Amino acid sequence: MDTFFLSKIEVGSHLYINFTETLHLHGETIIVSTIVVSIISLLLILGTSDLKKVPGTFQNLLEIIYELVKSIAITQMGPSYYSQFLPFIATIFLFVLGSNWAGALIPWKLIEIPNGELAAPTNDINTTACLAILASLSYFFAGFKIKGLGYFKRYIKPSVFLLPINIIEDFTKPLSLNFRLFGNIVADELTVSVLCSLVPILIPVPIMVLGLFASSIQALIFATLAAAYIGEVIE
Amino acid sequence: MVDSLIAAASVIAAAVAVGFAGIGPGIGQGNAAGQAVEGIARQPEAEGKIRGTLLLSFAFMEALTIYGLVVALSLLFANPFVG
Repeated sequence: MDTFFLSKIEVGSHLYINFTETLHLHGETIIVSTIVVSIISLLLILGTSDLKKVPGTFQNLLEIIYELVKSIAITQMGPSYYSQFLPFIATIFLFVLGSNWAGALIPWKLIEIPNGELAAPTNDINTTACLAILASLSYFFAGFKIKGLGYFKRYIKPSVFLLPINIIEDFTKPLSLNFRLFGNIVADELTVSVLCSLVPILIPVPIMVLGLFASSIQALIFATLAAAYIGEVIE
Repeated sequence: MVDSLIAAASVIAAAVAVGFAGIGPGIGQGNAAGQAVEGIARQPEAEGKIRGTLLLSFAFMEALTIYGLVVALSLLFANPFVG
């Protein structure tokens, strides 16, 4: 059974870093997300340090990513405001995409840690909750910055009796963002590991490819929704 | 005794949660895909745009199933009623 350790999955066990008596950090999430952030920053810094008029392969790739994120921002927020929020949308997109793919592409199972397992950071609900809260804070900020106190007018639109529903919406937006990303990534990893425990060779590969595709779509969706919420507030 | 009863109920509840959560989005995705195919058949040059929108709306519908899955997973692995 020793050969099957690669397909083992641990749910709910973490490498705890005890900060104080009551504050625990999930070590594996922090390690992997630090690695992801450093890889992304390194790639972006290397790719943009030597810009040329006629781009090479690597610069071309980065330009494609930039155009993609820019088109998301423009379609959701309109051409006059998008540039203020483009860095935020791009950060969210790259981080989510990087962490989803890091979980699937890097063979973390080969590295053993005392407790828990290294996997995608978005596999931990705390990461996705943090991203979702950031997204909702940013649309409050955008509303206050661009509309001032007139921001509150949107709570009584289109009519006053929708006030409770508009307030509830402020809570359901981050909640659904959170569960959508977390659930998709966990579902992917569970499907792959269940298949791996049944047939460890070749059969799980198509599902893994499907998982790669689905996680890139999820990154796109997260960025699109964060942009759409901002766009809805400032329109 | 009580714990095993809760465990059995949780397993059944998890199965029901995923099962029923699959129905609605299944119908919805079928409708959306059918309409998209119709759109492509009528206007083949718009295929790229239609495919992009279709995938995006698929992900939204899939999120509903995923909510059921999250409930099922929390019942199975992080059950608040046991112990």
